[in-house]
Amino acid sequence: MPLQVRGEVVSVRRTGQYFVLTVTAPGVPELTRPGHFSALAIGDLDSSSLILRRAFSIYGVQSRGIYGGTLDVVVADSGPGTHWLTQRRRGDSLDIIAPLGRPFSLPREPVSCVLVGGGYGAAPLFMLAEQLRSRGCRVDMLLGASTEEKLFGVLEGKRIASTVTITTEDGSLGDTGRVTDLLPSVMDKANAEVVYGCGPMGMLAAIAGFAGQRGAHSQCAVEEAMACGIGVCMTCVLPVIGDDAVTRMVRSCVEGPVFRGERVRWDDVGSIPADALGAPVPPGERS
Amino acid sequence: MTRAVVGYDQGDTPAPSVDMTTTLGWFAMPSPVLTASGCAASGRELDQFFDVSTLGAMVTKSIMLEPRSGRATPRMAETPSGMLNSIGLQGPGIHDFIEHDLAWLRQRGVRTIVSIAGSTTQEYEELAKILRPHDGVDAIEVNISCPNVADRGQVFACRADTASGVIASVRRSIDPSVPVLAKLSPDVTDIATIAVACHRAGADGLTLINTTLGMVIDVDTMRPALAGVTGGLSGPAIRPIAVRCVWQVRQALPDMPILGVGGIRTGRDALEFILAGAHAVSVGTVVFHDPSAPKRIHAELASELAARGFSSLSDAISHAHRPPDAESLEALEDDEINPPEWV
Repeated sequence: MPLQVRGEVVSVRRTGQYFVLTVTAPGVPELTRPGHFSALAIGDLDSSSLILRRAFSIYGVQSRGIYGGTLDVVVADSGPGTHWLTQRRRGDSLDIIAPLGRPFSLPREPVSCVLVGGGYGAAPLFMLAEQLRSRGCRVDMLLGASTEEKLFGVLEGKRIASTVTITTEDGSLGDTGRVTDLLPSVMDKANAEVVYGCGPMGMLAAIAGFAGQRGAHSQCAVEEAMACGIGVCMTCVLPVIGDDAVTRMVRSCVEGPVFRGERVRWDDVGSIPADALGAPVPPGERS
Repeated sequence: MTRAVVGYDQGDTPAPSVDMTTTLGWFAMPSPVLTASGCAASGRELDQFFDVSTLGAMVTKSIMLEPRSGRATPRMAETPSGMLNSIGLQGPGIHDFIEHDLAWLRQRGVRTIVSIAGSTTQEYEELAKILRPHDGVDAIEVNISCPNVADRGQVFACRADTASGVIASVRRSIDPSVPVLAKLSPDVTDIATIAVACHRAGADGLTLINTTLGMVIDVDTMRPALAGVTGGLSGPAIRPIAVRCVWQVRQALPDMPILGVGGIRTGRDALEFILAGAHAVSVGTVVFHDPSAPKRIHAELASELAARGFSSLSDAISHAHRPPDAESLEALEDDEINPPEWV
């Protein structure tokens, strides 16, 4: 169950093009699992003109220490709301709802896992890697971005994972190209049985595809635009196939953000597939 | 059950002794703060943050006859002090709603106003008939801001005849003991005309207002930001429009129960609606910002009323309509001042 807490900013540190925001969040660390996300309010209730929360996957939590429970999120300064967050200073107050959503599923057996992150989408993968390692899983990481400045967590990945493969589209660090160019070879080398991914839809679609071809499981955390993060606004839907083989428009905030790759109809994201439950009937076919 | 709001005033401190009970028609509620249709699903999600049985009532997301996928994404765009949405009435259909959502609300003891939506007058009538035998429906809110298939997709709410046609058929079909509220659109030339027509058609109350139609163009893609092109604008940006509608309808219909909605985020905002003539308020978009807002706004409204010397909410209803010299009259013959006579 999520908590709504009034937290206090502990620090805002710059890393590449991103900011890591650490904020007190009593009670949240104990409930958080890798893949959960948080929703942060922007500005004061009385004066802010930005009324929608911003959703961030949880990068890390610390349940003990001088600040009590704290939460880390990675923020890209990409608009007025996220800019406001990057300008917070130690001691500022923040309204946080966390943990939200369905986290990554972890394998019961110590199997080989590949973790793929696009840009700061990599944020939840490090907590995941730690937990997989503690279960005896082999962890290989693939981190990619358009350019070096937009990579996140390269050093941390090198500390945790058996191998870290870096790609940038401009070739400024690692291999030139996209993570998905190298994913098949990384999977084959590691004999991977599970692929975890977090990043843009196109990347997740490719991950689900490669995993499916190799008989591996895929766990994909989507980044959909959300207004509430708690399941009431119906904004963040995407077409997902259910256990009954029926496609429904499901909320990525409560039924995701992590989905089994083969269940998401990646090519139809952004539209309503004609065979989805309750899809509009074309005027000519109305009974 | 302890709920998940940490580090806030829980609102459990004794509120100022203001009688907050109110009514919508003959439906009595211990609180004037309700949720708004489409902003609170059917209650389970918000129940994680505060006890939804303490609400005046839950107004559920508009339900249609059949399951409905809604529109393509993007469905939302943030705007200054507001947002546009184009959800397209996604929902499970009335039968699934009764089996799961209504059953849960009844079992939790939540006062419930069921919002219904249709694309023909017959669909609204059928929804009312399907709901009729079921317990746990304290009132029906009729969402008439839906495209009317028989009228080239014009929304029912934009014409007095189509609006009142739907209301009359729902009023005929539902249990006579269940109040029927008509939810009106502000996108009309004269909202009072539509309000009067709905009143004559048998509406027991009015919900004012639905979202107002808006549009955002993404200047990077140079295309409409929403897949549905246009969307409903909600949030504090539309509050003055909503207050104006409540005021105008109150003047036209002095005794009509009114549920005020539109951009309320604090108790002060709620008080504006009460003073303009609302008997109760729905809080909608603010819930996306603060899921425990309904509880907070109830406490804030009680404080705001107490600070102005009101011992009951009902004394404040329509108070902004009093004549300019009312204060001096009040001192002389307090008993003879009765709000409906001022308007």
